[in-house]
Amino acid sequence: MSSFDQGKGLGVLDSQERERFEQLVLPHLDAAFNLARWLLHSRADAEDVAQEAMLRAYRFFGGFHGGDARAWLLQIVRNTGYTWLEKNRPMEMKTEFDEELHVQPSSTPESLAIASDDRERLTRALETLPPRFREVLVLRELEGCSYKEIATITAIPIGTVMSALSRARQRLQQALTQRAPQEASHEL
Amino acid sequence: MSCEHAQAVLHGYLDGELDAARASEFERHLESCPDCLSALEAQETLRSALQRAQLYATAPVALRRKIRANLPAAPRAKFGFRLLPVRWLAAAAAAAFLLVAFEGWRLLPSLNQEGEYQAAEMVDAHLRSLQANHLTDVTSTDQHTVKPWFDGKLDFAPPVRDFASDGFPLQGGRLDVLRGRAIAALVYGRRKHIVNVFVWPTSEPDDSPRSGSKLGYQWVDWRKSGMEFCAVSDTSAADLNQLQHLMSQ
Repeated sequence: MSSFDQGKGLGVLDSQERERFEQLVLPHLDAAFNLARWLLHSRADAEDVAQEAMLRAYRFFGGFHGGDARAWLLQIVRNTGYTWLEKNRPMEMKTEFDEELHVQPSSTPESLAIASDDRERLTRALETLPPRFREVLVLRELEGCSYKEIATITAIPIGTVMSALSRARQRLQQALTQRAPQEASHEL
Repeated sequence: MSCEHAQAVLHGYLDGELDAARASEFERHLESCPDCLSALEAQETLRSALQRAQLYATAPVALRRKIRANLPAAPRAKFGFRLLPVRWLAAAAAAAFLLVAFEGWRLLPSLNQEGEYQAAEMVDAHLRSLQANHLTDVTSTDQHTVKPWFDGKLDFAPPVRDFASDGFPLQGGRLDVLRGRAIAALVYGRRKHIVNVFVWPTSEPDDSPRSGSKLGYQWVDWRKSGMEFCAVSDTSAADLNQLQHLMSQ
């Protein structure tokens, strides 16, 4: 049991450790899959990445010294997801660098309520966001992570989680209000 | 609080991440600032829209199964060092058995003190119950389940009581054999330890408890109301004495 604490013997767990893994980490498969799905926009790709991340987590379980198993797993999912994106969709990774789009922060609660009633519209709006914004929103709004957990998972300082969320939400609002008229004309 | 500052901490407030002092400062600002209030409302609208939309993507059942099946199993040869402790345990257990056997053989002709001999046998039976993965035939913490279980299996009715409130929860019962006769074994837990209490009828008069230890196991033996009891465990002698006291009440 203790030889894993020294980080030795990576890759294979004895039955006791395996049981611990199945109790602590495996139950967070939904969280892993959800984050992967929102990072990759695709359920099929998310399955591959979630599975790879879970197997990686299994291999490195010796390095997990207790604490927040979900955050630990999601960190691995995120790394696995970005590695996958860089390899398979390098263009997508570039969008995150054109951070500051100059759009008026103009949405009124009314226009937003109309725009966001639609699940599909919200999904598309979320997916237009650069991955770094998308991930903090998914972690906060869908996964219900605390700022501390978000900081752990995304490797950003805890002091900047609030401003990252602030910018991400602003971008989401913009995406929703920008899309609204275009789609309204479609529907007519 | 300025509007600029309020806008900065608005998201911390929304997410419940502000400490109490800053949260109430923010709330005071809202009372006098309709702009910041409507900004907060816009965020709350966005949040509830996200909640309503149910965007959480749960993992397919097949994926869960696939992952479980693909987790590599522990190979035996490659990571031999991981198995070493188990092997040591097995060796120690074998040595213990040999010792019990040897002691038993040596004790049998020379010791005419019946109690000692019986205790050695009971320690043996205790070890056997732990080794063979056959601790209980009837597994229940309910004395009203364990007691009737013995009916028809023994020609006597062992007293079965649960002492969970005193720190000795009943775990079940089992048949054992002492010199060719079926006897009852009651299994109690004591923190992480297991206590076997062997019970069989006797024609000897009541007797105050005798105790000892063998191979690191404690035993206490006593007779009461036509029954002989022998409790064996690797827990402390004080624990066993307490259990003996409880059972004699």
